Amino acid sequence: MPINPNRAEQAGPLASAATLLRRLARTSALAVFLATGAIQILPAGAEESVLRVAMTVADVPLTTGQANQGGEGTRFIGLALYDPLIAWDLSKADMPSVLRPGLATDWSVDEETKTIWTFKLREGVTFHDGSPFTAEAVVWNLDKLINKDSPQYDTAQAAQASQWFGAIASYEVLDDLTVAIRTKEPDATFPYQISGIVYSSPAQWEALGGDWGKFAEQPSGTGPWKLEKLVPRERAELVRNADYWDPERITASDRMILLCMPDTSTRVAALLSGQVDFIEAPPPDAVPRLQSSGMQIVTNVYPHIWPYQLSYEEGSPFRDLRVRKAANLAIDREGLAQFLGGLAVPAKGQVNEGHPWFGKPTFEIGYDPQTAKTLLQEIGHGPDNPLPVKFLISTAGSGQMQPLPMNEFIEENLNAVGFKVEFEVFEWEALRARRRAGAMAPENAGAHGLNNSWAFWDPNIALIKTSGSDETPPGGFNWGGYSNPAADAVIAKAKVAFDPKEQDALLAELHQIIVDDAMWIWVVHDLNPRALAPNVKGFVQAQNWFQDMTPVYVEK
Amino acid sequence: MLFYVIRRLLYAVPITIGVTIVCFSLIHLAPGDPLSTVLPDNASPEVAAQIRAAYGFDKPLPIQYLVWLGNVAQGDFGVSVQSRRPVLGDVLPAVRNTMILAFAAVLLGFSFGILAGAVAGHVEGSLLDKAVTAFAITGVSVPHYWLGLVLVVVFAVNLGMLPAMGMGPGGQSGFTIDWAHLKHLILPAITLAVIPAGIIARSVRATVAEVRKREFVSALRAKGMPRPRIFLHVAKNAAPVVLAVSGLQFAQLLGGSILVEMVFSWPGTGFLMNSAIFTRDLPVLQGTILVLSLFFVLINLIVDVLQVVFDPRIKRA
Repeated sequence: MPINPNRAEQAGPLASAATLLRRLARTSALAVFLATGAIQILPAGAEESVLRVAMTVADVPLTTGQANQGGEGTRFIGLALYDPLIAWDLSKADMPSVLRPGLATDWSVDEETKTIWTFKLREGVTFHDGSPFTAEAVVWNLDKLINKDSPQYDTAQAAQASQWFGAIASYEVLDDLTVAIRTKEPDATFPYQISGIVYSSPAQWEALGGDWGKFAEQPSGTGPWKLEKLVPRERAELVRNADYWDPERITASDRMILLCMPDTSTRVAALLSGQVDFIEAPPPDAVPRLQSSGMQIVTNVYPHIWPYQLSYEEGSPFRDLRVRKAANLAIDREGLAQFLGGLAVPAKGQVNEGHPWFGKPTFEIGYDPQTAKTLLQEIGHGPDNPLPVKFLISTAGSGQMQPLPMNEFIEENLNAVGFKVEFEVFEWEALRARRRAGAMAPENAGAHGLNNSWAFWDPNIALIKTSGSDETPPGGFNWGGYSNPAADAVIAKAKVAFDPKEQDALLAELHQIIVDDAMWIWVVHDLNPRALAPNVKGFVQAQNWFQDMTPVYVEK
Repeated sequence: MLFYVIRRLLYAVPITIGVTIVCFSLIHLAPGDPLSTVLPDNASPEVAAQIRAAYGFDKPLPIQYLVWLGNVAQGDFGVSVQSRRPVLGDVLPAVRNTMILAFAAVLLGFSFGILAGAVAGHVEGSLLDKAVTAFAITGVSVPHYWLGLVLVVVFAVNLGMLPAMGMGPGGQSGFTIDWAHLKHLILPAITLAVIPAGIIARSVRATVAEVRKREFVSALRAKGMPRPRIFLHVAKNAAPVVLAVSGLQFAQLLGGSILVEMVFSWPGTGFLMNSAIFTRDLPVLQGTILVLSLFFVLINLIVDVLQVVFDPRIKRA
């Protein structure tokens, strides 16, 4: 907005100062014009195709191998610079992602012991530094994570990978391109677990004097992108790995600039003002504005559920199946999804309908306040004599969507049928600490539920470790101490079902059991929105926490 | 003067140690565990214990504090829990970036605040005085976060005149004094300058108006001294107060603003502390607060010394 120069003249005694200011402004404007002109005629890098992405994280995820900062870290750094032995197929949007060969072309489990897994490695793969990817490199990397006496042991990576290597008992090189990994017990979910481990270059680590700090600045993996520049807490610049082993996944962009932008408004403004091309997680209230500016809003279901995990401790009203069912039937999920700008879909269980593990539950989760009231009346509660329940919730957090308004919406729903909801509100990490402790911990006494969004990308996280009666924290995800012998029996079978189809069928059976038992209160699945500039092409939003950025480019 | 400076420097030692103790205690009083951001939820107790020991979080709190303090005394601020990078390597660039922003805000805020306050003090009761007072109150009252967003919406999104975020095309590592980078500085600097401009304008206005009413000014006027000379006398008498207020504001600006730096994705100390708080990155948080408290103490010392230079009576007091 230009300043009206006449205003300064009206000040009388300040007229001479105003004249001086005007001269200064003219001089500055000239300087600005010259500088801008100089920038506009800069030819350097004009032909390079660059994709600029605004991430939600406040720091560049760990670049040494096992990325930190959750799904986003793995999405943009872990699986960009590195590869696992078994990878997720992220090329399809219309079906849940499945596992496919990565650095291993083939794998099998020993028929007799069911504990020895043999991986045949892909030939001709090289790390970014040119050194070959071999069985020795696989064992070296497993030592990096598991063997704390090995020189390459790295605490930071070990911490990140500890959820994946817990099943491993030992490992050895069979030949240059064959590795054997022995698990502690028969575990048919092992392919999912090994898909979380990626492989850094031993040669690069040696060349950098065995210093993981230096390796973070000059990492070397086998992935489709190579790190060219790293500015902590600000940006990572990745360039194409032209020698990538999978010709289908040679990157469409020459360069991908990843920017740390934790503030939602900043990401939206950066996209609208043309400073970035692709933003993660735009807030629902910004979507109409983005759409009206021609931006693409890309959504898809993915393995995410926004639930209340319930306590089965003594004194919890949710020990009663009728109360659990009443709570599940009291929530107007369609209304909530609408409230969220259509960026969520109603949940009918832990996994979404259409997922191979959904099964055929008989308990139909939907909005039925009348039945909910009837169920509560059976135990003597109703709007006149409400049943007090207390939930632990967070103000924000990864995957938590809009926790405060969503909880207020649900509070109204639940109170309307005869609950009296009380919330104890935590900052995100504080809530996570409560989750890690389990409902049985003294600090969680009196809490009947915990609102913590959940992922279901592998059988353990999704179902086995959330519903197994021996999977309480620490070590398991069964926060509330749910126990059902029927579920345990199916889990025991699923753990040793080495045929993927048989395993899927058993997991569907398990899902059916826990939905019919209303194990948790399931509310909505997030649709994982992303906003892209109108000229961004090639992005396929897989039904996964991770995404493949290799086909994405900015059309000129 | 030298004795005075040494004495003030010695005072800084217990103040800084006190700051570190309070900071350390508050961080540990807050709920949550630094390892919860690093460890996966289903890490076995054995793995969790192993990682806890590797990070040194298995020791009693007083021992953790003393170990940290001992290392700091030797120049070792530790490594980040999250990134495993040396803390000082993260803090120093962040301090530099915040200083760039703070100096720009000082330039804007102080020059406007002092100028507007001095003019308003001279024309006390006039329309101009009321306008300056209204601006000052608005400046002090307006929330940073809101103002930053409004400026971004108007100048970056709607008008497309200025960038919405960041430090420039090359980021902080390539920051240079040219238009391509300086234009990234304009909106955050204005946002940050509004509060100090308001505070300084009010202080300067009140001080100038008060000094102008003193007898020596009447005497100078009666003596027939030209107005510019009288103004110089008034300015010299108002300087200690202005210095004190400006010094505090400057120190606060150097501390960084979490909200402004978040809105503009400016990788300074506020941005650094925000992520350290949310990820419970204790070494980074402690290191940043320690460095900032040292800055605060240092700037207060400089201001105190300057006040003595301007008004020797302060030294005697």
